[in-house]
Amino acid sequence: MSLLIDSVYFITAFVFIYGLKQMSSPVTAHGGIVVAGIGMVAATLITLAVPEIKLGININLLLMFIAIAVGSIVAYLSAKRVAMTDMPQMIAMYNGMGGGAAAAIAAVELVKLSSSGESHGLTFQVLAVLGAVIGAVSFSGSVVAFAKLQGLMKRTLRLPLHQLMNVGLFVAVCVTGYWVATGHPVSSDHLLWFFILSVVLGVMLTLPIGGADMPVVISLFNALTGLAVAFEGFVLDNAAMIIAGTVVGSSGTLLTQMMAKAMNRQISSVLFSSFGSAANAAVEEEIKGSMKEIQAQDAAIMMAYASKVIIVPGYGMAVAQAQHKLKEMGALLEERGVEVKYAIHPVAGRMPGHMNVLLAEAGVDYDQIFDLDEINPEFPNADVALVIGANDVVNPVARSNPDSPIYGMPILAADKARNVIVIKRGQGTGFSGVENHLFYGDNTRMLYGDGKKAVGELISGIKQLS
Amino acid sequence: MIEGFTALYIFMLSAFTGYEVISRVPVILHTPLMSGSNFVHGIVLVGAMIVLGHAEGALELTIGFFAVALAAGNAVGGYVATIRMLEMFQSSNRSSQKKSGGDAVSDKGAE
Repeated sequence: MSLLIDSVYFITAFVFIYGLKQMSSPVTAHGGIVVAGIGMVAATLITLAVPEIKLGININLLLMFIAIAVGSIVAYLSAKRVAMTDMPQMIAMYNGMGGGAAAAIAAVELVKLSSSGESHGLTFQVLAVLGAVIGAVSFSGSVVAFAKLQGLMKRTLRLPLHQLMNVGLFVAVCVTGYWVATGHPVSSDHLLWFFILSVVLGVMLTLPIGGADMPVVISLFNALTGLAVAFEGFVLDNAAMIIAGTVVGSSGTLLTQMMAKAMNRQISSVLFSSFGSAANAAVEEEIKGSMKEIQAQDAAIMMAYASKVIIVPGYGMAVAQAQHKLKEMGALLEERGVEVKYAIHPVAGRMPGHMNVLLAEAGVDYDQIFDLDEINPEFPNADVALVIGANDVVNPVARSNPDSPIYGMPILAADKARNVIVIKRGQGTGFSGVENHLFYGDNTRMLYGDGKKAVGELISGIKQLS
Repeated sequence: MIEGFTALYIFMLSAFTGYEVISRVPVILHTPLMSGSNFVHGIVLVGAMIVLGHAEGALELTIGFFAVALAAGNAVGGYVATIRMLEMFQSSNRSSQKKSGGDAVSDKGAE
């Protein structure tokens, strides 16, 4: 029996790695996740045969089935219903659940030691404690990230001496963690304090981080949960958990680095300083020119008689649910012989790749979608750049003003196009709070209004011309 | 327990594997990939089941119950979310293949 169990875990570990590999290409990605899913089901079923689980009718098994049913149904329904725009916070939530599970596993094992008075050795306890603290931080941090992106928590909260308090908390977690790891037997009071402090640490670390940096943080917590799972895998002597957890831990770290790079942020500064504080200190470069308004009809004519239009969508487009209208407008322009391309900034939307998901949802072909490096040389040849719901990612200040908090961030060179049309709700600034100089450019016209409605007006404008 | 150095070897090799496996992922797949790796650490469900399976007493049972419920949520939610995102790419891929096929025909017609 134990040979069968080990074989299934081995195959599961292989299938997870294979599935992740398949996910590196849009063509094979779907097959990859399905294969990984089959592996997960197989591993779950075979676990019922593990000798630690007492078979027969008992409270443990009963609770297990109820827990699996409750967790699965709640997650299934929420994942099915969530709008694509809200996907990042749902990922954060599911990730937090995984972290919480890893911490809870450690809690049960440590409570066992505490009540029986036994010890499984220092390595066992150290690994359990490491998994517990990482899992707990990932759990509470992800819940805060969810609340922020979901709009339940609007403002970034910075308590006085926040950094100092975090350092104090971290030290306290280390001290209680040390007591628990070396406890012989483990004291239940230490255990309780250790878990409370770990959860509070996760909350305090995430509270001061602004919405724009959240994707990096979610990705980081994802990697951390993987690591926590790996540590608990060592504790439970389960190779599938060790391998899957470590693979996620390292790939998640790489993914976090890639995201941070795309946003021109360092992981350390995301965690330990807030975006806004730098913006206030910087001297704003004086803005030349003024914002010039354009009517939808004129904008429609401008695009209909262009030979090349590049559309730059941002998160504002997704919020206005304008992607379907945008796709319709693109199709109309193409019928008239206009070349239409979509330019996607790496961090357009809420996460790298999020905007591609949203455009795919609207049915935009992905051979029309181009990333930053591919599209930037094409802007000077474009007759119109249509910026819809994007702000910071097209702000030329990132190139010109070294004092700006977004200086050095790679941007889409929309300002290089012959004409720029910006669809915008009002005159506000972007996530970073920095004035956008593009809006004041000589070749820029502002089309004010709700994204969906404005694109609808453009569509009827283009239709009237034919 | 998997003994000392064997454990370290597994850890090291898995870490490199994870790093290599996703090092050439296009940006458009970053969000689905994060969701997918989020699903993969749903394997924590296996550990949660083992722990609940040998839990004794009300406290251990309660914590174990939450561990299993949370882990099941991680696995199922991660899977469904990833599938939903990837299905969109699949359908847009299919239509683009169809379309490029159509373009090829019309190009020939133009010649």
